[in-house]
Amino acid sequence: MSGMGIGALMLPSVPVIGCTVSAEHLLEPWMDAPAKKKLTEIALNAAKSKGATYTDVRIGRYLQQYLFTREKQVQNIVNAESYGIGIRVIANGTWGFSATSDVTPDGIAKCAATAVEIAKANSKFQKEPVVLAEQKGVGDKTWKTPIVKNAFEIPIREKIDLLMNVNNKALDGGASFVTSNLFFVNEQKYFASSDGSFIDQDIHRIWPTFTVTVTDKAAGKFKTRDAISSPMGMGYEYLDGIAAEKIAGPNGLVGYRNSYDMIEDAVTAAKQAKEKIAAKTVQAGKYDLVLDPNHLGLTIHESVGHPTELDRVLGYEANYAGTSFATLDKWQSKNFAYGSKLVNIVADKTQAQTLGAVGFDDEGVPCKEWDIIKDGILVNYQAIRDQVKIIGEKESHGCCYADNWNSVQFQRMPNISLKPAAEKRSVMDMIKGVEKGIYIIGRGSYSIDQQRYNFQFGGQVFYEIKNGELAGMLDDVAYQSNTQEFWNSCAQLCDKDDYRTFGSFFDGKGQPGQVSAVSHGSSTTRFNGVNVINTGRKI
Amino acid sequence: MAILTKEEAKKIIDKVLAFSKADEISVGLSGDRSGNIRYARNSVSTSGETTDLSLSVTSVFGKKSGTATINEFDDASLEKTVRRAEEIAQLAPDNPEYMAMLGPQNYQETQTFSESTAAINPNFRAQAAFNSIDPCVKKDLTAAGFLQDSAGFTATGNNKGLFGYNKSTSVDFSITVRTADGKGSGYATRDYNDASKLDTKSATEIAMQKALASANTKALEPGKYTVILEPTAGVDLLQNMMRSMDARNADEGRSFLGKKGGGTRLGEKLFDERVTIYSDPMNLEIPSSSFSGDGRPQEKVAWIENGVVKNMYYSRFWAQKQGVKATPPPSGFIFQGGTESLADLIKGTEKGILVTRFWYIRAVDPQTLLYTGLTRDGTFYIENGQIKYPVKNFRFNESPVIMLNNLEAIGKPVRASGNLIPPLKIRDFTFTSLSDAV
Repeated sequence: MSGMGIGALMLPSVPVIGCTVSAEHLLEPWMDAPAKKKLTEIALNAAKSKGATYTDVRIGRYLQQYLFTREKQVQNIVNAESYGIGIRVIANGTWGFSATSDVTPDGIAKCAATAVEIAKANSKFQKEPVVLAEQKGVGDKTWKTPIVKNAFEIPIREKIDLLMNVNNKALDGGASFVTSNLFFVNEQKYFASSDGSFIDQDIHRIWPTFTVTVTDKAAGKFKTRDAISSPMGMGYEYLDGIAAEKIAGPNGLVGYRNSYDMIEDAVTAAKQAKEKIAAKTVQAGKYDLVLDPNHLGLTIHESVGHPTELDRVLGYEANYAGTSFATLDKWQSKNFAYGSKLVNIVADKTQAQTLGAVGFDDEGVPCKEWDIIKDGILVNYQAIRDQVKIIGEKESHGCCYADNWNSVQFQRMPNISLKPAAEKRSVMDMIKGVEKGIYIIGRGSYSIDQQRYNFQFGGQVFYEIKNGELAGMLDDVAYQSNTQEFWNSCAQLCDKDDYRTFGSFFDGKGQPGQVSAVSHGSSTTRFNGVNVINTGRKI
Repeated sequence: MAILTKEEAKKIIDKVLAFSKADEISVGLSGDRSGNIRYARNSVSTSGETTDLSLSVTSVFGKKSGTATINEFDDASLEKTVRRAEEIAQLAPDNPEYMAMLGPQNYQETQTFSESTAAINPNFRAQAAFNSIDPCVKKDLTAAGFLQDSAGFTATGNNKGLFGYNKSTSVDFSITVRTADGKGSGYATRDYNDASKLDTKSATEIAMQKALASANTKALEPGKYTVILEPTAGVDLLQNMMRSMDARNADEGRSFLGKKGGGTRLGEKLFDERVTIYSDPMNLEIPSSSFSGDGRPQEKVAWIENGVVKNMYYSRFWAQKQGVKATPPPSGFIFQGGTESLADLIKGTEKGILVTRFWYIRAVDPQTLLYTGLTRDGTFYIENGQIKYPVKNFRFNESPVIMLNNLEAIGKPVRASGNLIPPLKIRDFTFTSLSDAV
């Protein structure tokens, strides 16, 4: 599931974990690494003495700062902190997990004992013992998101001024309403395992976004346009709006790479929302689609990211998100054409400035990059330590994650990205070659079935392409396709100069649900002959 | 100690109020013990239990407010939290929409708590899982399920004399059963306040039946069909519609209740005249707290009556601005139904499609409440009053507003996700494509 979009019409209910605190409190230092190491050793020893054959411990401090505004006013500012310890063990060949906010030697020892108790109780139901891929201890390691400006150090006033400026510019530009938000996350987490790893990581994420609404009361119509920012694994520097990171598109449209100009986008959004009110309704039929990276990212997420999660393929998510069409036999055949030969999709947890980038995953595995689809063929999945044996590999892919110290870690999507073309091609070059098409920008409505065959996607703005030129805005557009058919209709890619990442900040999975953040890179890509429906209705 | 009595909660809240130096202060205190068990591939994958008790303080100076929360309860920690909320408030910008806190309110006593749910322990959960897995193993079927239970309380108080306390329990169970060859899949879900009503075995048997019956599907052409939506299928679309009845959005012209030329569609007949939807915290099948998050009493409210929009919900600010009663949004709603069972509706259908549930429902157009999504876990063709064969899943693009104008028949309501929803027979329901998913 691709998490939540921020709706235009209400104060979004976003997951806030932990206690609300002052903004200053978020800057106070926590325990240093040696102190955390000492505490994890208590857990490792306690679990071992109770009979655990493997233990990992995560001491985490999770910080969040969220700001919400509408028009001329601040609706809410949330500063939240959550800290505690999560202990996962294998005993009797079965997983057990327990967590506590009582980070004292006693509290930790009790928590470790409970984890072992739960493992032993659950072992009665276990059919096969857990087997972990080997992971040599890495010793003491540290990793930090390479940020330039720590968003938590920027005064709240400056952030509010930015959002008020965004709102005012949108209103001046003709918006009837505007909501704008800033989301900042900092995970300070320390991982230790009985393998001999002691890893201290400091991870930062940022997401600026807004929704502009234009109403036409006389006609009884309203249209919205969301920000085309991307959540990033960056600090506040993402909001610098550096000109060199802007990508010039057709008809004066602008894309943002690793630096975002929120005010400029708000002005454009108001203009486009007004245009949407008067836009021509689409005629249903087959079109060649030219998909901007800020749109295509979600399609990649839903139609390649989720179906290639090995736990889904195996049936562990059957009662919730579902299973997957990308079954083991298709992978084993080595000739399952997921897409056309142009389609090369990589998984990675290392690409700088992305949401997935960390040094080590929540099982202490060093992060890396690997192929999922190569020259159109399905070649691999996303798998963690207790799964890789199923696909004949000896090393975990390093994509295990828990959204908090009190959640149990499980397989989560790494960055899943489409490689750009090697040959030179701009968006303008691509559009020139399209006779009857639609150019789609931004994340819209999205829905996909429980095995990831049939999907439907909308977008933020749609431009008709006629004989190689943009011919004005369209409305009521959604495309429906089948995953394999769609990726096999991939006909052309733009080059690396157009490559950008899209992100999902609150991607949901599991029961009870957990969120995670993930990026999807691509350049603008063309898909031929896709079925477009008209979503206009009268009530 | 996660569930405090009314007296214990009041004592803590009063103590916190006494620390206040602000113009206004409100205190929220809540605690619960919740547990879960998850299984897949006929084996338990995770289970756990957590207890939580937390206090939230909102302090207000003029129109500036600040909130701080804590989960420690010694006097020093409580006072520190009040001071922290006051500091945050002092630094906050003015909220022009701030409304002064409510004074004392009268709340009804609702039946939201059940001892049997509060008594759930790891053995209960393990047994519930076993009762669901075991029959599947015996029939060579694969079970994946999730049970989640909670027992807790919420208390609220402020320095204007308001105090409210509610104790509640809940248990939610869902089960997906798949055939060994992956060609059939069935689903069932149950939710109650009282866990003694939960029988995971009988719910699983329905999912098993659907899994076996849904293998070997035939493909029907997408198009407009008469459908019978089981309550589990209808509930999400209806819930989405009910959550879109905010008055401010309608007044601002950005809601399905906004009117051409300005104003709202309050008082207009928007649906078939058999459609009546109301909420009532005292309903014994879906009891809910008798106060909302900001302390407003929850009462019986008619939202749609005989097809006419009767009420919308309001924030206190917007209600004052418009000079109307500030009705809060309800926690669950009741779709008034008839007496016919699901089987009766099927019997009375010449040609149609029975839908067990919908999946991945997303808004396509908030103006018309057009939603898309897919059928899942048991979709069947009905002919001459009988289920004939399973059909391939469909994607739909449909608006609940259009759907409730194309109403053919309403069955007897049952509880679904905290609401009372009847099975609904709808004509001309729009399926736009086929899905290969099982």
